[in-house]
Amino acid sequence: MGKQKMTPEEMSAKLDEVLSKFKGQGQKALMATLQQAQEIYGYLPLPVQRKVADALDVSVAEVYGVISFYSFFSLKPKGENAISVCLGTACYVKGSQALLDKIESELGIKSGDVTKDGKFSISACRCVGACGLAPVIMVGDDVYGRLTPDEIPGIIAKYKEA
Amino acid sequence: MDLFRAHVLVCCGTGCTSSNSTKILEQFEQQIPAQGLDKEVKVVHTGCFGLCAQGPIVVIYPEGVMYYRVTPEDVAEIVSEHLLKGRYVERLMAPKTDKTSESSSANDSNFFKKQLRVALRNCGNINPENIDEYIANDGYQALGKILTEKRDPMDIINEIKASGLRGRGGGGFPTGTKWEFAAKVENDTKYVCCNADEGDPGAFMDRSILEGDPHSVIEAMTIAGYCIGAHQGYVYIRAEYPIAVKRLQIAISQAKEYGLLGENIFDSGFSFDLDIRLGAGAFVCGEETALMRSIEGKRGNPTPRPPFPAVKGLFGKPTILNNVETYANIPVILNKGAEWFASVGTERSKGTKVFALGGKVNNVGLVEIPMGTTVREIVFDIGGGIPNGKAFKAVQTGGPSGGCIPASLLDTPIDYDNLVAAGSMMGSGGMIVMDEDTCMVDIAKFFLEFTVDESCGKCAPCRIGTKRMYELLTKITDGTGTLEDIDALEEVALSLKNGSLCALGQTAANPILSTLKHFRDEYVEHVVDKKCRCHVCKGLTEYYIDPEICKKCSLCAKKCPVNAITGEVGKVAYSIDTTKCIKCGACIENCKFKAVKKR
Repeated sequence: MGKQKMTPEEMSAKLDEVLSKFKGQGQKALMATLQQAQEIYGYLPLPVQRKVADALDVSVAEVYGVISFYSFFSLKPKGENAISVCLGTACYVKGSQALLDKIESELGIKSGDVTKDGKFSISACRCVGACGLAPVIMVGDDVYGRLTPDEIPGIIAKYKEA
Repeated sequence: MDLFRAHVLVCCGTGCTSSNSTKILEQFEQQIPAQGLDKEVKVVHTGCFGLCAQGPIVVIYPEGVMYYRVTPEDVAEIVSEHLLKGRYVERLMAPKTDKTSESSSANDSNFFKKQLRVALRNCGNINPENIDEYIANDGYQALGKILTEKRDPMDIINEIKASGLRGRGGGGFPTGTKWEFAAKVENDTKYVCCNADEGDPGAFMDRSILEGDPHSVIEAMTIAGYCIGAHQGYVYIRAEYPIAVKRLQIAISQAKEYGLLGENIFDSGFSFDLDIRLGAGAFVCGEETALMRSIEGKRGNPTPRPPFPAVKGLFGKPTILNNVETYANIPVILNKGAEWFASVGTERSKGTKVFALGGKVNNVGLVEIPMGTTVREIVFDIGGGIPNGKAFKAVQTGGPSGGCIPASLLDTPIDYDNLVAAGSMMGSGGMIVMDEDTCMVDIAKFFLEFTVDESCGKCAPCRIGTKRMYELLTKITDGTGTLEDIDALEEVALSLKNGSLCALGQTAANPILSTLKHFRDEYVEHVVDKKCRCHVCKGLTEYYIDPEICKKCSLCAKKCPVNAITGEVGKVAYSIDTTKCIKCGACIENCKFKAVKKR
């Protein structure tokens, strides 16, 4: 998601393609449409919400209501490298809060924010399902398990250079 | 059909995939032909074996030897030693925690010996992306029999009722009775839904079944459709489970190709279709009415019951909703008979239950046990006990809706009713072990933070109550709580239990009520002695440097972000000014001599 950069025109064309597939299907297609739209843009800004609402013939308020309800949908863009720290019970018991604290202090931002250069964002997630590797963090699609806080700077450095 | 003398099974569940099992699979696929064994040995990628802590896992049959924590570099050796020369690679066998068994087969190890795999029968045994392997293991036999014999739907429902199967998603409602309600409502359109929105953090039973044996769910849902008279089903699954979604998609299209799903199945005239709906990260959508609103594309707000979904569910039509594990049991019950199923388990809880065992326990992973197995057997025999010689404190079941079971109740046989009596609940099957270092007040706060986040906000008791309880717990863990706060906590908790619209709110107080019941002394210690015995609650913990151990190296002072540490290199031992200290832990992390301590 979001690794290969598209131009705004390409994104818009891609969105039109998705919308034509779901056109006129109404509310019941809303979740799937938004999921695919977010895959293109990385988040769901207002102009995208408007286009989705028009295509499905539902109100923008309904669209916004659904987006704000589900944590999977984001109204803010994410960083190039989205870091998510698992705060599921198994990871929490094994000290994932300390990992989150360390990542926040290393990057100087709080969970839910993006660094100024747009390189990193942090979020806390509930269980990636790799409980055998607890505590776990994900950077993009890469999973890092059985971590201690002192391994964090090394991991971040890897993505800083990339 | 080709015959192979050996099978190499590589776990490709989420846990092992996260630690690189796809690379291992690739290596086997290269090495086996390279060493000339491609006509004799077959490589299969499977779902979860269960022993996730020791992953990535590779099993070689016919011997049943299990290799643990395999790396791609180990593969060449396994192929040349085990497969070519017949010598086991001993350094990769038997995890350190389990050295009791004489046999080389993993099935004789403590971890597997006490398990009975019914819902997980195919997980780790078959390739989930190949329908033939499911069929070879009695797959679609139950469905085929029903449809070709045109068996009376009520007869099937009665068999499910006789088996005593209860919902595995948490509530434990009798499955046959649920089907009967929906079957008796007259309507041309009905729906069958599957709840795969496993939101309970630390639980991964349903995901593992879908990743390891997706066809069992498809078969069971089709049978359910036949029983109640539905022709359309939906699987509502978390978008966070990409591997499970992919395997389910593959399974659905294979089933359609074989005529086991879709129009006119087995030429019986019965048609049933199945679609996937992706969730979007809302815990409340595990509640049945909320889940159906979400499939309809709306905000996942629960609605009051009655009307129950069996009467008015998805799109206003009669609907049944069961959880993944419940469905996975159905084909076995119909193949082996209700009597067989009812012979396993306790008086009021029949069959087995899958648990995701996690936290402070050696054998983290997926276990399936007959109902009636004790908590002690799961944690100490199957789980291999607590790591690092620490003492057991509690096990948490039921996630944010459940509670903690203390050491005094370790010998409780696990079933629906016993867990409720212990102040917890079965839940979907998360089982998190906690040791002496886990602060129970902090754990209650952790779960409340979760429910505050996940409360949909529709009803006041849940929306306001969870927030108030979270504030009270924050006060207590910060060190500003009073005894009155504990009483207030109890009062709010009880009104939440009685006043909330759906199960999320009704059970949100359970983590508090159960820890208050079993660990009240820890709460009192926090407010009266202003002490957290586990040094978890920052507000109640002080950092200090032991002058006897300090080597006066100054590293801690250099790392301190607020200059709270003073001393002199090589001369004066360093000490922390507690008024300045922000308890970030940088000094503890950096001290090479373990001189920085908490009290």
